[in-house]
Amino acid sequence: MKTDLTFRNLSPRDCVPVQFDDVTYDLPLGENLAAALLSVGVTSFRNTPVSNSPRGPFCMMGACFDCQVSIDGVITQACMTQVAENMVIRRPNYEAWDDL
Amino acid sequence: METDYAIIGGGVVGLSVAWGLLRAGKTVTVIDGDDGSFRASRGNFGLVWVQSKGMNQPRYAKWSQQSAALWAEFAQELGHNTGQDVPLEQRGGYDLHFSEESLQKTVDDYEVLKAKLGGDYPYEVLGHNALRKEEPHIGPKVVGAILHHQDGHANPLKLLMALAADLRRMGGRLVNGKTVSDIQKPDVFDITCSDGTRISAAKVILAAGLGAATLGPKLGFKAPIRPQRGQVLITEKLPKLINRPSLIARQVDEGGIQIGATNEEVGHNDRVTQSGLSGLAADAIAAYPALAKAQLVRSWGALRVLSPDGLPIYQESQDMPGAFLVTCHSGITLAAAHARLLPQWLEKSENAPNLEVFSEDRFNLS
Amino acid sequence: MTYDVIVIGAGPAGLTAATQAAQAGLQVAILDEQPNAGGQIYRDVDRASQNRGDILGRDFAHGLTLTQELANSTVTHLRGAVVWSIENEYDVLYTQNGRAQRISARYIILATGAIERPMPITGWTLPGVMTAGAGQILLKQSGMVAQNAVLVGTGPLLYLLATQMIRAGTPPQAMIETQTTRDFIQPLSHYLGALRGWPYLAKGLGMLWAIKRAGVPRYTGAHDIEITGDTHATGITFRAGRTVHRLDCQTVYLHHGVVPNTQIARSLDIPHVWDETQGCFAPERDDWGQTQRDGIFIAGDSAGIGGAKVAEIMGQLCALKIAQLSGQHTPEQLTRQADPLLRQLARERAARPFLDRAYPPYAPALLPADDTIICRCEEVTAGKIRDYARMGCLGPNQAKAFGRAGMGPCQGRYCGLTVTQILAQENNQTPDDTGYYRIRPPLKPVTLGELALMDTDPE
Repeated sequence: MKTDLTFRNLSPRDCVPVQFDDVTYDLPLGENLAAALLSVGVTSFRNTPVSNSPRGPFCMMGACFDCQVSIDGVITQACMTQVAENMVIRRPNYEAWDDL
Repeated sequence: METDYAIIGGGVVGLSVAWGLLRAGKTVTVIDGDDGSFRASRGNFGLVWVQSKGMNQPRYAKWSQQSAALWAEFAQELGHNTGQDVPLEQRGGYDLHFSEESLQKTVDDYEVLKAKLGGDYPYEVLGHNALRKEEPHIGPKVVGAILHHQDGHANPLKLLMALAADLRRMGGRLVNGKTVSDIQKPDVFDITCSDGTRISAAKVILAAGLGAATLGPKLGFKAPIRPQRGQVLITEKLPKLINRPSLIARQVDEGGIQIGATNEEVGHNDRVTQSGLSGLAADAIAAYPALAKAQLVRSWGALRVLSPDGLPIYQESQDMPGAFLVTCHSGITLAAAHARLLPQWLEKSENAPNLEVFSEDRFNLS
Repeated sequence: MTYDVIVIGAGPAGLTAATQAAQAGLQVAILDEQPNAGGQIYRDVDRASQNRGDILGRDFAHGLTLTQELANSTVTHLRGAVVWSIENEYDVLYTQNGRAQRISARYIILATGAIERPMPITGWTLPGVMTAGAGQILLKQSGMVAQNAVLVGTGPLLYLLATQMIRAGTPPQAMIETQTTRDFIQPLSHYLGALRGWPYLAKGLGMLWAIKRAGVPRYTGAHDIEITGDTHATGITFRAGRTVHRLDCQTVYLHHGVVPNTQIARSLDIPHVWDETQGCFAPERDDWGQTQRDGIFIAGDSAGIGGAKVAEIMGQLCALKIAQLSGQHTPEQLTRQADPLLRQLARERAARPFLDRAYPPYAPALLPADDTIICRCEEVTAGKIRDYARMGCLGPNQAKAFGRAGMGPCQGRYCGLTVTQILAQENNQTPDDTGYYRIRPPLKPVTLGELALMDTDPE
């Protein structure tokens, strides 16, 4: 448990490699994706299309849509997704089509 | 309260006409309904469209062309007066085809209409490869498209806002949350609302969309209009996918893709259905396969205001002269004509447009 | 696939409704957005109570009883199933594992629970700012606790979160509470009711004592609260008494009450009525939970905030009534089983009027300052809504048309109440007269590809 991270993790699980924004992280398999990203210090998941402001998880229950990320070209709420091995996650891109 | 014109209905038709009358120096009061009523102006597709209109009535094709030609200046003036931008793009629009037969049939029909319009019908036919150069994301099932250069699209909600703002700026009155219950004409017109509000006016314009079906007969109109549902979808914001609009899909200025629309005779039912949404989604994906991964975030059922032949009705009441019926289902396309040209017809000016073909007389109703 | 009853939501109300209906011999399916049953209050209780039961407390562990009953029942538990439309009478359309599907039932029980009351204050959209509910979910489901978090707002949930964080060994940095001592004293007429519900009060006092013992500073009567930061929350300023305070922090948990999650009910055009005490809209329903739409029942917090125990009982009452209507039980059997539940319900509801009044919502977040963002999705400010009112906008649907508030993916879940309340105030009308957003499918986003497949799938 790193003490310089915002969150303390009480019960770590087995981790798998996951890519977010071209950086590889080891995240607990099956864990809530939004929580997992927060636990490794990723606090902003996207920038808003209106003003390009950074946003991260707010409600953690699938209601606010601020935690949206792009997985395999589909924009999904990270808090409604579970960590799977070798997941490739990107910040949503409203400007240009990502080549996958 | 005394006003030159009382306009019943504060949608795009009512507001456009009100705007034009105010600019002509008339006093105007617009009487609008409440937040929850059927409001075709809020649910439409936003096209400023010429092609495929008036295939059986060249006058309607011409009327649409006149309006489209006036739109840019109209939008600019509204923007300049109110400081509120009215986005408009007129770089042409497509009729997309999935078979050579349907493409050829439409071209044949367009040629007939073009002749009746004296050749003023600028369109070209794009085969799949030529279309692909214009629309890199177009799907393989689209065999080709008719690109009509007078087509375009606008932001209808911003148009409504700017019209309302400019109306107020010019001293027009806009009262909303009202339901008109009765109209009498002892000498001038005496309009009563359900909450007791009374408005008197020298002339009345009925621009109440579907509301004309009940109010029209009170003013001596046949008002043979009916609702027709069009389900519309809108996706999340996406990167640039579609350059020019078509009836299947367009990319709105905020970035979402708007997809439409069904044509259902279901009465005053503005709900959406899964089968309607699925059919529209399938058509959109056939045209633009990248849309398969796009999320639907909003949908609605808009009720078109349709006359029996789908064309507008412009009619002065014979029983109550000074009362006018103004109704159409292309309120966005015709907004400029309603603002610039219709007031001359209402005022019977010398240069008034000839709108005889749009009178109620064309409907043989007993 | 056709069932007798479809339950939407697997929190306490949904769980008891589903298992009770199955016990009565009905074919039941429960649609659960989450991978595991428990809703939000018992989030992931099967796993979490094993690892963190001592931190989360006995009330949380009670959820195990409910999830166990579900597991032992004949109810079809559809996990990770996100409902996006209900049509006809009644087809429920949902997405599960990337595939859109349809199931049908004569009876639907909506048990969609509560969501946090929106709390728009300066800086509330910054990363690092979350709801207290989110803080609880991170703790329950993922065993994560934020260091040096500041808890802001009012209400028992704030104390519960603080207590759990303390037990986890990571107390909050401070509690910035917006209720005043006067708020506490005013509801005198409801003290008697509160005493009837004394277990709630005892728990509350226990939590306050734990917070005090842990040395967590509490500021009450706080106002002028602003979260600071550029790309992330870095601190918070506020006034308490005459003093201006500033705290450094990376995590802020906001809470000033929960409100019914009415999204699905609204999409079915079920009438809602404004509840002035709870400051929210609640669906019209009878004592059994039946709404004006024949066959649609509502139970739990989505019918009106009452808490987990109340939700359990309401779920059971819905199921029993449906069992009687379906002919599985006689009216006498219904009365016999319902009577003790109704008495229990009255006891569990006793403390609610006091709680509602002792912790009123933070007023400046109900009618925020002009430059505060109130629609997070489209970044529309309170001032813009007031502008629309001045332009003659009477209701939220026109405000939506003018300025896009409510058009984003959350579909007004976090701005609807704020927009209605601002317009009501500007137009000097009641919230009932002002109305609420028209809610239509999709209730949650669904891809066009999934939709298109439904068209061609053989039924």
